[in-house]
Amino acid sequence: MALSPAVTQLEQLKGHPAVARLLTANLDAIEGVKFDREEMTIYVRRPMIRECCVLLRDDPNCSFTFLSDVTAVDWFPSEPRFEVVYHLFSISQKERVRLKVRLSGEMPALDSVTSVWPAANYFEREVFDLFGIRFNGHPYLRRLLMPENWEGHPLRKDYPVEGYR
Amino acid sequence: MSHLTHTPALEPTQDNTMILNMGPQHPSTHGVLRVLLEIDGETVVRLMPDIGYLHTGIEKTCEAKFYQQVVPLTDRIDYLCPMTNNLCYVLAVEKLLGLEIPPRAEWLRVMMNELTRINSHLVWLGTHALDIGAMTVFLYCFREREDILRLFEAASGQRMMTSYFRVGGVALEPPLGFFERVREFANRFPSRVDEYEGLLTANPIWMMRTRGVAKISAADAIALGASGPTLRGSGVDLDLRRDLPYSGYQNFKFKVPVHQEGDVFSRYLCRVQEMRESIAIVRQALDGLPQGPIKADAPKVVLPDREKMKTEMEALIYHFKIITEGFAVPEGEVYQAVESPRGEMGYYVVSDGSAKPYRVHMRSACLANMQTLPIMCEGRLIADVVAAIGSIDIVLGEIDR
Repeated sequence: MALSPAVTQLEQLKGHPAVARLLTANLDAIEGVKFDREEMTIYVRRPMIRECCVLLRDDPNCSFTFLSDVTAVDWFPSEPRFEVVYHLFSISQKERVRLKVRLSGEMPALDSVTSVWPAANYFEREVFDLFGIRFNGHPYLRRLLMPENWEGHPLRKDYPVEGYR
Repeated sequence: MSHLTHTPALEPTQDNTMILNMGPQHPSTHGVLRVLLEIDGETVVRLMPDIGYLHTGIEKTCEAKFYQQVVPLTDRIDYLCPMTNNLCYVLAVEKLLGLEIPPRAEWLRVMMNELTRINSHLVWLGTHALDIGAMTVFLYCFREREDILRLFEAASGQRMMTSYFRVGGVALEPPLGFFERVREFANRFPSRVDEYEGLLTANPIWMMRTRGVAKISAADAIALGASGPTLRGSGVDLDLRRDLPYSGYQNFKFKVPVHQEGDVFSRYLCRVQEMRESIAIVRQALDGLPQGPIKADAPKVVLPDREKMKTEMEALIYHFKIITEGFAVPEGEVYQAVESPRGEMGYYVVSDGSAKPYRVHMRSACLANMQTLPIMCEGRLIADVVAAIGSIDIVLGEIDR
């Protein structure tokens, strides 16, 4: 199973139900797409993430009713520094899609999707705790794993592995 | 869905309620879970889980290790099903590498994985019954668990932290007589499940403690991200082994137990029946185990055999290179999910082209399942909280990572 190069042309991936749904909504939400290693990634513009999630959840051809995971990646020191990654799963279609939002390193913030999937509650709190990314509209954005009075966000790349001594 | 998002507060919200602290050192919280209960007499008005007591920063540690050095860390996330975590991680890295695995390794992985599932369910059944007050089952379950741990020790050299699956295959060929021992166990085990069921399933006390307790509807369970038996106990027919097959699960025939009630009892039935299905998969794996190599033919990624290292120069060089420099993984990202005993265990691995993973994220089934706890318990008695915590089968190592 040799690796084939990733497909990044929007034209070639129009047929994917999630991409098609977002294109017909005409929100200009898609920043880019990638099909690599049998996995679909859609880059979504930051202000549109909540609308996109609602569309993908409610559309009968997609019905991504299950939020598997929310996490983030820190690309320090390049800009945009953060990527927030959503993994959606469709129980009826047995399909996955990955949404990504790029964020700058200055005061990273985006809309919370807790109103779309309540499952995002802990996932977003974890991302806030470990990366310091704020989710606007989250009902209880407090640290989840680290102590309340902890300084810094451990999973950022500029945070040393052995911690501050 | 506003009733599903919780805004915990540490102050009682009504005149007649008080806050009760349960855990983190409490025998029925299965580790170091702390639960804050707002109670009105014996009735739970609000429930707020508090986690993080076992946070060790494994995700951060992974970023500082070579790809092959992460495997032992994955054992320690969920210490009741180490092989499932091994499997999920190595599948993710193999997908990143585009590596093909020989069939014998895949079948061995499936067999060990199902034994791990039984192992995990046995610990769950024993402790869950102990929480609710049925002492005997615990001793019975740990008797069979000991057999499985001995099998693991024979195959991998370790009872619990096995690290048996490696990128590109499995670590070792199992020793002589191993498959006979597994078959002997597989023949014996169904009658042992009958024993547990004889003690519990039709037991009136057990039914009173579990039937109709800690109910959750299918819609709420999906919205809160629950998976595994917690979801199937609410009537959602979803099993990743069947629906998105990995590691050759499409070659096996098994049923997925689903129960509609959404209470503690139906989650119990799901898991007990899953044990029977798992042992059927183990039997199929034993019957159809293909011959051949147990490691992929990829000398730059897979460690060479000891014998080869003593006779071939290249093998020695590759060994030295892999140990000292690791192996480079092409740029990209992968999300691989497997059906762990607790639900959807997922690994999101990002590679920047170097020999160390840029980011490893574990999607913990327990973390999502635990979000269902408030819905299950509110409006019910304190004693039911213990039954509810046991029924979602949480492992705090996996929640806190």
